[in-house]
Amino acid sequence: MAGPLTVDVVAQDRTLWSGTADRVIAPSVEGEIGLLANHEPVLALLKEGTVRVRSEAETHEFAIEQGFLSFDHNVITIGCTPAEPHED
Amino acid sequence: MAGQQRVYKARIKSTQSLKKIFRAMELIAASRIGKARDRVTAAAPYAKALTRAISAVATHSSVDHPLTSERTDTNRVAVLVVSADRGMAGAYSANAIREAERLRERLQREGKEVVQYAVGRRAVSYFNFRHREMAGQWTGGSDAPSLETAREIGEALYEAFIAPADEGGVSELHIVYTHFTSMVSQEPRVIRLLPLEIVEGVAEPGEDVEPLYEFEPSPEAVLDAALPRYIEVRVYNCLLQSAASELANRQRAMNTAVSNAEDIIRQYTRLANSARQAEITQEISEIVSGADALAAS
Repeated sequence: MAGPLTVDVVAQDRTLWSGTADRVIAPSVEGEIGLLANHEPVLALLKEGTVRVRSEAETHEFAIEQGFLSFDHNVITIGCTPAEPHED
Repeated sequence: MAGQQRVYKARIKSTQSLKKIFRAMELIAASRIGKARDRVTAAAPYAKALTRAISAVATHSSVDHPLTSERTDTNRVAVLVVSADRGMAGAYSANAIREAERLRERLQREGKEVVQYAVGRRAVSYFNFRHREMAGQWTGGSDAPSLETAREIGEALYEAFIAPADEGGVSELHIVYTHFTSMVSQEPRVIRLLPLEIVEGVAEPGEDVEPLYEFEPSPEAVLDAALPRYIEVRVYNCLLQSAASELANRQRAMNTAVSNAEDIIRQYTRLANSARQAEITQEISEIVSGADALAAS
């Protein structure tokens, strides 16, 4: 198993990324929030910034305009509006 | 007599060119359906995530919020109808509009005043023709709706929903759209967007330990931010479903039109043949009777 967290990063019209990771750092409205495995359930609003999803091998970064994050039983779902619009 | 033949030939020719157009439209619709369905699927995870998040707030906190509670200060309700921009899609738009009229009657029986919103040129012209006022209308791109359109519609509905009663606020949001079940079955549906009717996607209580959510910054703020997004996402989903349905309907209608055109061509070919035959027969009988007359004299 690649990491203890199951992460889905989704935009309104598509899934940006999904997989497993060790930790996730997101720009919450009250400051950066870092999530490791077995964090307590959280529902946070995100502001403009960068979401970083880290696993042992690699780091994925997503620039977002706004969004929300929900964490429950090591499943993280980030719903966001990407900073640069998607070209169809 | 030759005139008759020429008429049939001309009809055959024009039907043939119509048939080519119908065939082309059928193929275009068929090729776009796949993409439309993919977009419905691609948009699903976000909608699911958002619905779950809202359900979580609703179940794990006891906030009084317009998203979850009924508004009683006004009897105005908003109804959004999603139809096509163009015809040539069988009864697609007519069905959606009929469903909307049924909903309108029902709401009026309940003593509510309907505020009409329309998407697609067909619905807009339907209401214009009947001199009904529309609070909002959006046309163009009904077979490939963009997120921007959904956002615009969502904003308009959201503003109507949070506006005070004396400034044209509404207490409910309804959407009439065509649900895409499969390639052969699409049905018009009515959903009540707000206040929330069903809370779905939350783990049933009792199973596992009830997660105590931590909200950042607060449950109210989360709901406030989620409300416009929620409307937008549901509208977007309805637009995408309707687009897929429209294309499926168009493909079917054009398929029927092609086979009708083939029938007509066959029919006229027969008529043209018998007209030609009749002409030949007449000519022969003229020649024979002429020869007979000469032989008799």
